[in-house]
Amino acid sequence: MNVLAKTLGFSVTLLFVFMGITYLLPQVEGEAPKETTIDLGSLTMDTFVKLGDDLFHGKGACTLCHNSLGRAPDLLALNAVDVAEERLADSRYKGKAKDAETYLRESMLDPSIYVVAGFGKKGSNDTESPMPIADKPPTLFSTTEIDAIIAFLQSRDGNQVTVALPTEAPVKEDAPAAPVLAQSPEEALNKFGCTACHAILESEAPVGPNLNNVGSRLSVEHIRQSIVDPNAVITKGYTPMMPDLSEKMSVKELEMMVKFLADKKG
Amino acid sequence: MGTGLSFPAKPFRLAIAFNLLILLAAVFMWLAGNGQFGSITIANATEVVAASVESGGVDAEEAGAKPVPAPKLTRADYPNIGTSSRSIVWIIAQLHLFFGALVLAVPIFVLLIEYIGFKTGDDRYDDMAHEFMKISLTAYAITALFGGTLALALFLLYPGFMNYMMQAFGAQMLVYALLFFLESALLYMYYYGWDALRYGNKKWVHLTLGLLLNAVGTTLLVVANSWATFMMAPSGVDATTGAVVGNIWEVMKGPLWNPLNLHRVIANVAFGGAIVGAYAAYSFLKSTTAEARAHYDWMGYTSNFIAILAFLPLPFAGYWLMAEIYAYSQQMGILAMGGILAWLFVVQAVLISTILFAGNYYLWCGMSRSEGSVRYTWLIKYIALILTLGFLVWATPHNLILNSKEIAALGGSFHPILGPLGIMPAKNIAVFLMLIVTFLSFQIYRRSNREITVSWARKGNALLVMIYVVAIANVIFAGVYYGYFTNTVYKVGSSVIQVSSTLVVIVSGVVIDSLMFRGSKLLPSTWGKVTNASQYALFALPITFTWLMGLMGYVRSSVRSHWHVYTVVKDNSADNFIPAVGHVGMMVTLVTLLFLAILLFIFWIANLSGVKQARPEAMSVEGSTA
Repeated sequence: MNVLAKTLGFSVTLLFVFMGITYLLPQVEGEAPKETTIDLGSLTMDTFVKLGDDLFHGKGACTLCHNSLGRAPDLLALNAVDVAEERLADSRYKGKAKDAETYLRESMLDPSIYVVAGFGKKGSNDTESPMPIADKPPTLFSTTEIDAIIAFLQSRDGNQVTVALPTEAPVKEDAPAAPVLAQSPEEALNKFGCTACHAILESEAPVGPNLNNVGSRLSVEHIRQSIVDPNAVITKGYTPMMPDLSEKMSVKELEMMVKFLADKKG
Repeated sequence: MGTGLSFPAKPFRLAIAFNLLILLAAVFMWLAGNGQFGSITIANATEVVAASVESGGVDAEEAGAKPVPAPKLTRADYPNIGTSSRSIVWIIAQLHLFFGALVLAVPIFVLLIEYIGFKTGDDRYDDMAHEFMKISLTAYAITALFGGTLALALFLLYPGFMNYMMQAFGAQMLVYALLFFLESALLYMYYYGWDALRYGNKKWVHLTLGLLLNAVGTTLLVVANSWATFMMAPSGVDATTGAVVGNIWEVMKGPLWNPLNLHRVIANVAFGGAIVGAYAAYSFLKSTTAEARAHYDWMGYTSNFIAILAFLPLPFAGYWLMAEIYAYSQQMGILAMGGILAWLFVVQAVLISTILFAGNYYLWCGMSRSEGSVRYTWLIKYIALILTLGFLVWATPHNLILNSKEIAALGGSFHPILGPLGIMPAKNIAVFLMLIVTFLSFQIYRRSNREITVSWARKGNALLVMIYVVAIANVIFAGVYYGYFTNTVYKVGSSVIQVSSTLVVIVSGVVIDSLMFRGSKLLPSTWGKVTNASQYALFALPITFTWLMGLMGYVRSSVRSHWHVYTVVKDNSADNFIPAVGHVGMMVTLVTLLFLAILLFIFWIANLSGVKQARPEAMSVEGSTA
């Protein structure tokens, strides 16, 4: 046999061995999430809960982390309502939720507001959650879909479902609403997650410098600079980790926060 | 005989034509994109508007002061050509990447070999480097051809997505095309000027050309990488609307750009080394004279040396890339390593183990060139044992995220006995031990034809043994203790100890050996005295490398799941799903087969250029009587 035939035969055989191995493994396709159309007229609580179940396991890919491997609390092994109530009673909890339903919604829309001990981003000392925000990319849940997931989580273990069935069609995803501007400095500070790291308003978070006396330490210009270019000057003893939020806030929001913080003289 | 540069007209014209095609494609892409030189950014939007108003009374709002949101594509935005658009782009893109990797990698080590030849005065190095470049040169035109075809295919099949990419990258595409021209000019000058600039000061000119060629080639690589990493982790865009708001630099320097740059440069060198190794093996097997066998045996050895040396640090670059993917998006990282794509890492284990087996086997066979190797052959069985056990542990699956179909197919979520061997700490131990013993093969190969004469030889050997023992103990202890007896958080930390231990073995092994080799006695060694079977290891390497590149490139691309540009431009085409593992295997095999077929054509062309037809007898007689 000539050299070409031998070498080609060897190479092609090896290629087919590799291909054969891939066929020995489970053949599963990862389907892209399908846009679901909800028929409000025929919607019952059972079908709403089923929708939440499908979203939890499908589009939301929640089980990638919420499983028994310790990446995030294993929601399917816990009684979500009991756990929510325990967390509301935790002294570390600084959110605004009052019951299990609002806690679960808040956890999805603002996951960093309360991070379960041991599940925070590496180096964040459990002040920052690795969970993506449910109504933002890549998950992009609608309000109705978030409610469906809450209903699904509540319905497990025989808990009462407190979420109301939707009565209006959800806002279409391809027509994003204009960003809602914060109306007060307190609202702006919460909106941009300042309280996750800084002690300000009700927060006592120690990750970033205390802002309750920032007005006595920094001038108005320095406060503004610290927000639009957070790493320009780093307060001694802290690491440069603050995100650049300048492109996400309006001028009005920025100035509102600067003025508010400048008045904080401790 | 002239000493000036001579350019064979036909291939040169062909290459120019391909480059013109690339340039035209780039201009077309740019025109079809934003139609203006560079993206409008928030920073320069005001000036753009002001300039527009000044120049002709265009309304400020119409001038596009507001960044354009990312498109929301529907199924109707994708042309239906009756077959899978993804498959077409997949094949063309992967072929372009294979040839691109070869073309960019070969000049890197060719320059090094040429420099060694220049410094040592050994013409064999220079001749070999020149021969390597012959392969790169032939592959260059094919790379350009596939690049141009890829650009046209993308615009034809994914117009909406490409329009957005043009908004993001704009004139950078033109710069890319111009760099391609520069690369062509340097490549041809470097190759065809080889003999004209061979000795003395002229050699420095030639080496400088090689350096410039590599600089431009690497720039081309990192520019193209920025497109891929932008799609995975977009930067310089508004998170809510997807509008491009940053300048070109902000768009390029995403969090994954540099990890991918490093990973691809190293991988390309390993890949290039393996491909030219196959060329040497093929030529070795075809050789009929002892002289030719010796030449190609030496060339094959050098190629394998390059491939394995570049391959050893590759896992570390891979760790960095994956760590950055996790840091950017935990969801994306978990999809790759613990979700549906995790099955492919089982296949990756098989492939990398094949590479290590082939590399080691070639070295063991190569030891037969020197009689001095008998001192070390007893170690081979232990190395083979560790490689085999390492492979078995590495390929053991454990805790993938399973859906009901997968659980049914597997018969349960976890295997009760093999479970503990399937987790990362066990795999890390296996991988690092395999790397350490591969380096040991390398080291005993290098020592085979030497008799060490330094007075501290015993102490030096004892030190080396101690370093191996401590490193192996470290790798096992860190993996077992941190992996099984501490909190999850510390598991990742254990790999730092393991990486450091492995690197210490490699670096200290090279340094100590270099010192011990001073004044050593060279034992008789015969190039060409290897078995034909050893040459098949040199085929296994590029076949496996190519398949591995195809597979991991697919994984890197697939972590975006149903997004063209992650979180910004959704993929709503008919192919927006993650295909089954078998389909991926079939596609990668198909592309590798095509690559192999074209590569054989390149080898044939490269050999053909050295063949000279003998003057027919009749013409000779006729000529002599005329």
